[in-house]
Amino acid sequence: MLIIGELINGMYQNVAKAIKEQDKAIIQKLAKDQTEAGANMLDVNTGPASATPVETMKWLVETIQEAVDTPLAIDSTKADVIEIGLKTAKSRALINSTSADDEKLDRLLGLAKQYNAQIIGLTMDKKGVPRDRATRSELALKIVSKCMESGVNLEDLYIDPIVLPVNVAQNQGIEVLEAIREFQLLCDPPPKTVVGLSNVSQGTQQRPLINRIFMVMAIANGLSGAILDPLDKDLVDAAVTAELILNKHIYCDSFLTAYRK
Amino acid sequence: MALELIKDKWTNNINEVMLGADKPIKVGGENTLPFLFQEGDMPNRPVVAMEVWDMEPPDWPAHLKAALGDAVKSPVEWAKKAISEFGADLIVLRLQSANPETGNASADKVAETLKSVLAAIDVPLIVIGCGDDQKDNDIMPKCCQAAKGKNCLFGLATEDNYKTLTVSCMADGHSIIAESPIDINIAKQVNILITDMGFDAKRIVMHPTTASLGYGMEYVYSIMERARLAALNGDKMLAMPFILFVGQEVWRVKEAKEEEPGWGDVAKRGHLWEMTTAINMLQAGADILVMRHPQAFKDTKKAIERLMKK
Repeated sequence: MLIIGELINGMYQNVAKAIKEQDKAIIQKLAKDQTEAGANMLDVNTGPASATPVETMKWLVETIQEAVDTPLAIDSTKADVIEIGLKTAKSRALINSTSADDEKLDRLLGLAKQYNAQIIGLTMDKKGVPRDRATRSELALKIVSKCMESGVNLEDLYIDPIVLPVNVAQNQGIEVLEAIREFQLLCDPPPKTVVGLSNVSQGTQQRPLINRIFMVMAIANGLSGAILDPLDKDLVDAAVTAELILNKHIYCDSFLTAYRK
Repeated sequence: MALELIKDKWTNNINEVMLGADKPIKVGGENTLPFLFQEGDMPNRPVVAMEVWDMEPPDWPAHLKAALGDAVKSPVEWAKKAISEFGADLIVLRLQSANPETGNASADKVAETLKSVLAAIDVPLIVIGCGDDQKDNDIMPKCCQAAKGKNCLFGLATEDNYKTLTVSCMADGHSIIAESPIDINIAKQVNILITDMGFDAKRIVMHPTTASLGYGMEYVYSIMERARLAALNGDKMLAMPFILFVGQEVWRVKEAKEEEPGWGDVAKRGHLWEMTTAINMLQAGADILVMRHPQAFKDTKKAIERLMKK
């Protein structure tokens, strides 16, 4: 499974401080720690604080690349911030993300094509996040067909059904889980799927437990990637074990170590 | 309508392991199942090693010994003949004389033999212990040291006995054979145990256990195939080249060894049995074959040439 480490995000205080003071060590430690813990990609988000997000994204990508070779997910709502990230990234990057709006799709699929990048498509549009699985599938299908039209390889597309916090939108858990299953009927080969996992437990008092259980359920439904905190060892162990049960890895007594090799 | 074959695409390749110092060779490196050149490449052809013992093998059948001649009395002569007459790509030296039941030779004695064989050959050398764990842990550190700088391949490390050999190979710059009992889970586990000691995964060659034609060869085949599929899909702890001890298994079975009315000439049947097993193991993914009979050896090498034609 694709594990995208979420910790390099300007929304976190330590990262915001590092960006402000141009302190490379903090960013590089986060990059190394997440990679060693099992992340096979690192999310990079400048956060809301930066007044100059384009410069900040460039600095973050360069700083991370001095420390690790892990591929990057360039995370922004602004296309020009994504473009500088793609331009600066040494290895093949993932665009995080586009919505299902035409304007956004055209612009970001264009960038995906231009920079040979992978892309996450969120099943939301100007009307907001859908409340049911059917609308999620409808938007996913729109993203899939736009991908095909613009010549972006379907193998490079991740659909994100958008996870909502269980404490404010409790009925959405099942909708997201079922949507992940339904997405697999959209095309052949099916699109990959990804979730921003931590959102499910936002504001709750049992965050690690909720994250872990939801992720395992999603993996059982066919989830292929997640943006999460890889330093939560129990969480990564649960992902590896879930995939083991699904016969995606060959068992050995040290299967948890094997995954991190 | 023309039949269109389905082609698989793989994300990873098998590790490439370099062996030897004077005339080094590379094994592994493939990014496809065996010989599927439409799907990927095998940058290194499978190689055939001849098995040489450090003592005259007491229980080999007469027709096998006859084919090798007097050379079986001297490991140096045997190794030289294997290279010059039979075209061996590598030599396997089995330190049988150290086994408590077949001579119990000392570590110094077998290390001397090892040195004299190394001095006589320029192809890469594979060194196998005597099969007694305790004795092997006694002789192998000395042997690794004696072969320092020659970039040999030493075996066999198992789940229950891998530490001494791993440390010695690491200290003296050799590669290692990780053995498992026809069990893919243990195969992966041994590789993890060895790499956990700091050993480079790219210097491990796997022995999945060999079985002769008629004695479970298909089971070995299925284990190897499953390991390869996992490795090509990204499992780094199974992405090691395979070594198969074909001669050792074939020359234990009655079909290769014994006269039997109606079974035809045993002298011919023996080497055909060995060659047939070897070719099947090539199709399963063998990178190094270890063989005994010169005729089976030559025929297998010819088969490899044919299989490698693109």
